[in-house]
Amino acid sequence: MLVDLKNVQKSYGDQPVLAGVDLQLDAAQSLALTGESGSGKSTLLHLIGGLDQADAGEVAVAGENLRQMDDAGRAALRRTTVSVVFQQFNLIPSLNVAANLSFQARLAGRFDRAWTNALTERLGLSGLEQRYPEQLSGGQQQRVAIGRALAVRPALILADEPTGNLDEDSGDAVMSLLLDLVRDTGAGLLMVTHSQRLAARLDRRLMLAHGRIA
Amino acid sequence: MILTTAQATLSHWKRRPGQLLTLVIGLALATALWSGVQAINAEARASYDSAAQSLGQSTLEILEPVSSETLPQSRFAELRRAGWLVSPVLEGRYRLGDRTIRIRGYDPLTAPVAMQPVNLTDPNDLLGFIGGTVGFVHPETYAGLELSETDLEIYAQAALPLGVLLVDIGTAQRLLDQRDAISHLVLWPDQPAGLESLRKLAPDLRRVRPNQTSDAARLTDSFHLNLTAFGLLAFAVGLFIVHGAIGLAFEQRRAMFRTLRALGVPLQSLVIVLASEVMVLAVLSAVVGVALGYIIAATLLPDVAATIRGLYGAEVTGNLQFRRSWWLSGLGIALAGAALASAQALWRVSKMPLLAPAQPRAWLRASSRGITIQLGVAMGLFLVAGLSVQYFSGLIAGFVMLGSLLLGAALILPGILSALLNMASRLSVRPLTQWFWADTHQQLPGLSLALMALMLALATNIGVGTMVSSFRLTFTGWLDQRLASEFYVTGRDQADADALLAFLEPRSDAVLPIWRVEGALNQHPGEVFAVADHPTYRDNWPMLRAVPDIWDLLANGEGVLINEQLWRRDDLSLGDTLTLPDGPNLQIIGVFSDYGNPKAQAIIGLSVFDRVYPNAARLGFAVRIDPEKVSQLRADIREEFDLPDTLMIDQASIKSFSLGVFERTFAVSGALNILTLGVAGFAMLTSLLTLASMRIPQLAPVWALGQTRARLAQFELLRAVLLAALTTVVAIPVGLVLAWSLLAVVNVEAFGWRLPMFLFPSQWLVLGGLTLLAAVLAALWPAQKLARTPPGDLLKVFANER
Repeated sequence: MLVDLKNVQKSYGDQPVLAGVDLQLDAAQSLALTGESGSGKSTLLHLIGGLDQADAGEVAVAGENLRQMDDAGRAALRRTTVSVVFQQFNLIPSLNVAANLSFQARLAGRFDRAWTNALTERLGLSGLEQRYPEQLSGGQQQRVAIGRALAVRPALILADEPTGNLDEDSGDAVMSLLLDLVRDTGAGLLMVTHSQRLAARLDRRLMLAHGRIA
Repeated sequence: MILTTAQATLSHWKRRPGQLLTLVIGLALATALWSGVQAINAEARASYDSAAQSLGQSTLEILEPVSSETLPQSRFAELRRAGWLVSPVLEGRYRLGDRTIRIRGYDPLTAPVAMQPVNLTDPNDLLGFIGGTVGFVHPETYAGLELSETDLEIYAQAALPLGVLLVDIGTAQRLLDQRDAISHLVLWPDQPAGLESLRKLAPDLRRVRPNQTSDAARLTDSFHLNLTAFGLLAFAVGLFIVHGAIGLAFEQRRAMFRTLRALGVPLQSLVIVLASEVMVLAVLSAVVGVALGYIIAATLLPDVAATIRGLYGAEVTGNLQFRRSWWLSGLGIALAGAALASAQALWRVSKMPLLAPAQPRAWLRASSRGITIQLGVAMGLFLVAGLSVQYFSGLIAGFVMLGSLLLGAALILPGILSALLNMASRLSVRPLTQWFWADTHQQLPGLSLALMALMLALATNIGVGTMVSSFRLTFTGWLDQRLASEFYVTGRDQADADALLAFLEPRSDAVLPIWRVEGALNQHPGEVFAVADHPTYRDNWPMLRAVPDIWDLLANGEGVLINEQLWRRDDLSLGDTLTLPDGPNLQIIGVFSDYGNPKAQAIIGLSVFDRVYPNAARLGFAVRIDPEKVSQLRADIREEFDLPDTLMIDQASIKSFSLGVFERTFAVSGALNILTLGVAGFAMLTSLLTLASMRIPQLAPVWALGQTRARLAQFELLRAVLLAALTTVVAIPVGLVLAWSLLAVVNVEAFGWRLPMFLFPSQWLVLGGLTLLAAVLAALWPAQKLARTPPGDLLKVFANER
């Protein structure tokens, strides 16, 4: 089991966001998490990625219980096991495309030049390696973010509205690339999206409503 | 991982070299001024210490008279006969040609080895030395001597301190005209056993342990403390730049830090990388700063050396050495400053929640809470200032007060500007004007550090400028009063002086004696002068405190006048009694100002002087004469008495010499003042430049609503000028309070005299004009950049692609 959530609860102040979520994801499986705004989708993603901590319940990723990890342990998990693709791309503006692509892999000590070059090629970023994020379109920036996430060969990719900032055509193209690459690498994918059309392209689909799986 | 993280954080600087330059130059300038001042201080202290060491002052005990300046030579003989191994020394100041040097006379036959810097093992050398024909000076001093003015054979000797002429004690007694006098006795380190105690043998002598701090070092401490305070102030101004630059760099990278954390960089590693980055930049800046500091110190050292010589008679070498003490202190303060400036930013990073939305411009948002905290801290600092002057004394308390006042005023500035801008915003009606005020208000947090630095520099400039100008005005007026006589002449010996008196009386309006003896006044080194009862004194002498009929009382021998230094130092009052050296007790009837003199001074009537000091040398006279006849009189005296020019001084020469000393004294302050203002101007330029790069999202909507880029650029210029003008207005009262503190507190503690304060509004106008010019220059480049911003860049704001 790649991801195993049992009765996960989370509140912000006195506002409950997750009210006992159970969720499982197998290796190499893809899962779309949909729901209204404020339903707790992103919060769930953050808990699985070790970006935040649950108030109660169990969060296990690749057999590791995140609630028993300290900050350094969760950081190590994010470096090596889980990669996150954000809606806002979150590239490092002062590094060029080549450096951004290889960044997480080098952080994790897993940099593989051939693999990174292959990713660059498949993501259609060849020739753009020396450019900086601000010199790229939104679609190009998101492709760099996907490449960065895959370059580390993670067991799990978490994608938070990865096409939310892109037009429909660019979004479709980016999504196709993401799914193809995830399939090829054998990583698991958990994606948060508003779009039922995009959700339909994944192996499984779950909906969150009022902090629970509907 | 650390290296990869560092690569990401450092890549920010590669993309923003201007910001990196701001940080490095800011810290380098601050370090330069600090280390420059420290280099000067270290050089001066090394000169004093080497002087003390080469003459054995820092290793040997001495016996000095308790209540007089000198002791008779017979005391030496008595102690030697009692078995004590002592050696006599006579010291004094001596004018050789156009410069004053310190004579040190010692006895080579009885002196311990530690106090013999000159090798006199050759019998011929020893005979020449004892015979009074030979003297030694340091090679640097030798180069500046007029050898034709002395009958001594003077040789250069590198082991000697600067400005000291080493001679046999007999020669010193002859040259200083102090026959059979000794300043102190040096005790040999090992004494025979079973000697009678010195307390019994010599109750009139005090045993002084060897002192690691030389006399010169103690005397000049206050001067060096002043310099240090200036260096620290300049460093504080520089620190504002560094704080701003580091804060901005951290804030701009806040989103990057979150991304790094999200990608798995542990918080601890991130903080270590950022702290190391700051420290590496600090070391780089420190190296540049120390190099600049060396240049500043080397440029200022000759003026400082001249000042110290003029004020204290202490010699400082004119050559600057690269001493470890000051370059290490420069490095240390750069690192400490950078750590201080980055502490808040690092703390924020360490507390930064991983998931909070990125706020790249949070730094710019005016925080009313921040302003309130600053106001609170400012009030606390004002309280510290008040308490330090009320309940503590000393120079350190004075500087604590100054520092608290300045820092408090700087902290309160954003609050004052914010209130003024709020008011303007409320009063404006037209939409564009309303936007201008609101936008200016929004810029305030980003500019406040630069404006605080500017205010500190302006206030210092006004404060020090007011002090120096007040001092100059008072000093020149005081010189006119004190140097009322047109001509001053001194005989070589008593016979000369008697003949001179007879010669001068028929050729002048009045001949007034200038007779004095040296001695302790209230246990301070001092001198007693005699004055004749004459309108020259009655009409001209500036008195700070006086009883009625003061001159009649003085002429009748019924009182004594004391100088301001003695009055303040011992908290004396009119009516108190002062004991003259070897003389009677007299009631204090007046206090006179005596700028530039570190010694205690008393003035008594001629009748008392004649009675108490019948054997004092009576060699000098002040001559009242038509100024046009002075040069003829000088020629006549030279022809009649063959007196050298050094013994005849006209009023104009003394005044120009005194004013020369004065100007040199403040040349250093002036230079540091200008440098500090330069640093503040640089702070403003860099703040405007860094803000300019973040302005487009704020200006694009206004541009889209129908304002041209040129018009917006004009607004940017206007804003800079307006804020600089408001800062200048706030700086004026702060500067005046600073001037008052310098004149009424620091000067009194440092030098022992207080000066009246005068206001110089024309100086403020010039300074205000220069500040506005600096603001225009600083804003011109960013405004020009804005005016030339391609419309495409402005449109990006609306394209959601930024």
